[in-house]
Amino acid sequence: MKLHEYQSKQLFAEHGIPIPHGQMTMNASEAKSIAEELGGRVVVKSQVLVGGRGKAGGIRVVNTAEEAEEAATQILGMKIKDLPVRKVLIDEAVDIKTEIYLGITNDRTRRCPVMIASAEGGVEIEEVAKTHPDKIVRVWIDPLLGLRDYQARYLAACTEMPRENWREFMSITKGLYQTFMQTDATLAEINPLVITGEKGLMALDGKMVLDDNGLFRHPELAEMRDLDEEAAEEREARKYGLSYVKLGGEIGCMVNGAGLAMATMDVIHHYGGSPANFLDIGGGASAEKVAAAIQIIIRDPNVKAVLFNIFGGITRGDEVARGILAALEKTPTKLPMVVRLVGTNAEEGRHLLAKADMETAVSLADAAQKAIAAAKVVEES
Amino acid sequence: MSILVDKSTKLLVQGITGREGLFHTARMIEHGTSVVAGVTPQKGGEWVMGGKVPVFDTVKSAVEATGSNTSVIFVPSRFSADAILEAADAGISLIVCITEGIPVQDMMKVRRYLDQVGVRLVGPNCPGLLSPGTAKVGIIPGDIAIAGNIGVVSRSGTLTYEVLHALKQNEMGVSTCVGIGGDPINGTSFVDTLELFEADPHTEKIVLIGEIGGTDEELAAEYIRDHMTKQVVAFIAGKTAPPGKRMGHAGAIVEGGEGTAEDKIKALSAAGVMTADHPEEIPGLLQ
Repeated sequence: MKLHEYQSKQLFAEHGIPIPHGQMTMNASEAKSIAEELGGRVVVKSQVLVGGRGKAGGIRVVNTAEEAEEAATQILGMKIKDLPVRKVLIDEAVDIKTEIYLGITNDRTRRCPVMIASAEGGVEIEEVAKTHPDKIVRVWIDPLLGLRDYQARYLAACTEMPRENWREFMSITKGLYQTFMQTDATLAEINPLVITGEKGLMALDGKMVLDDNGLFRHPELAEMRDLDEEAAEEREARKYGLSYVKLGGEIGCMVNGAGLAMATMDVIHHYGGSPANFLDIGGGASAEKVAAAIQIIIRDPNVKAVLFNIFGGITRGDEVARGILAALEKTPTKLPMVVRLVGTNAEEGRHLLAKADMETAVSLADAAQKAIAAAKVVEES
Repeated sequence: MSILVDKSTKLLVQGITGREGLFHTARMIEHGTSVVAGVTPQKGGEWVMGGKVPVFDTVKSAVEATGSNTSVIFVPSRFSADAILEAADAGISLIVCITEGIPVQDMMKVRRYLDQVGVRLVGPNCPGLLSPGTAKVGIIPGDIAIAGNIGVVSRSGTLTYEVLHALKQNEMGVSTCVGIGGDPINGTSFVDTLELFEADPHTEKIVLIGEIGGTDEELAAEYIRDHMTKQVVAFIAGKTAPPGKRMGHAGAIVEGGEGTAEDKIKALSAAGVMTADHPEEIPGLLQ
């Protein structure tokens, strides 16, 4: 789950990291009054969960409250990478002397958190990694020991931090580590962390991603999820415990198991088709869940044919078949459907589906080819 | 004829009185596995499986009473990290965790601790282990594979069943199938499993089933190049997965350009591993 900048910075502040004075708002007139309180010279920042806000014109520095209102009006009417801007953050403008990058994420290979710093702040760290890999410094943190002082000092030394700022910098690294661990985050990033003219160090921008599996420990954070920023189908899928990713091709897929779902997409592609989605109904999927999955698939206007690939283990073939039939009764569709059922109760499942007008397949390759052929017929008609 | 699980396995089931625990315990016993005990806190003293398997409150008391050496975990994700640590502290030497959805920070701490005490974990978020006809620890359907000399190791569940099914249809048997799980941080890795297969006299060839995300397949390729004498064939799922999107498994995500199927296939090919374009091609590559 991604957090907005204003949410991330709020969490940083709770862990002792200095942030600019500011406030989020959803309307331009309020933006004006916030800017007035902050003295007029402010930054109006769009709050959307994608990168590249600055380049898209979604971040503006203004000198008066009136200008802030005008900027907020414009930005709140914008779309950035197809996402409508619904919120803006009004932050006091600060006098920036130096921009630094400071972030923490999980290193899968070393199986521990890694804190990353760079003197090249203010640009995307992936970009720095490509152009100036020598300017990136990392410390790996033992999850049982936590971030140690010497590691924070090492980051300060390697980012050419002025010595008078070291103490403050170390306290920020500690705060960032605490934020990361105490929220079950998988990413917490301050970019840029700035050295200001008068106020010392400050987190000017923030980004956080939380581990969905850890949210049960943080109901207050789970509530921060911005439902507006999610595709409606993905939200619907999550409600039913389905794992869905929209892709844009013409063959809708419903599969049990993530690996098999990916393999099914790959096989469709291998035979010259293009998958419309990734959809994993999970283990032991009930008829109700299957019906919800089908509704999501057939609502996608790009879909020209649907492929069901079910390998029964915990999931029972007859149960899946019942779900398919129930969904089709509720939402009849002319889309051609190809079903492949193998494993637990597959025979019963195939028997049930024989009543419906569905093509069956024995192998995955066979199923993919039949679905592709059926989609072509639909496209040509 | 197997690695990790065989007739010497004395299995303990953590979460045995739950729906999944009861169902799969019955399947494991049917497959010939010796299930000696179950653990469910506050249900100690009960018996399950028609009075054949005793339930204990703690793993320690179960191990003391039954001499169990292997544990399989079916407890809900929020209690799983604790269940793994409890098994490790009670002297269990092989822990298989089926549960999906354990927070990644829990797994980082658990893994670090297990490394220190030298206990092996398989999973989490995995289907477990199957040595066809000998023993099964986990949820892999017992009837989709026959015994033989092919070792299978995979990050996936049903995709593994698909491969086992394809092998069986070609009358190819399996020594042991190891599901290492789809989480970003897990216990036993591809390299650990390859090492066991390489040393197992009954395993002649190996099938590796990987997927996008992380670098475990790349590390496996390096290991195969430098240490393996046995043939390894592979399938990597997720060639068509878009970057930055999690594909069902917590660990199946291409991030910062790392973990693509292309990179993994390239690394494996460079190490002399034949990779299949789709899972049903695997039996052909083994001939």
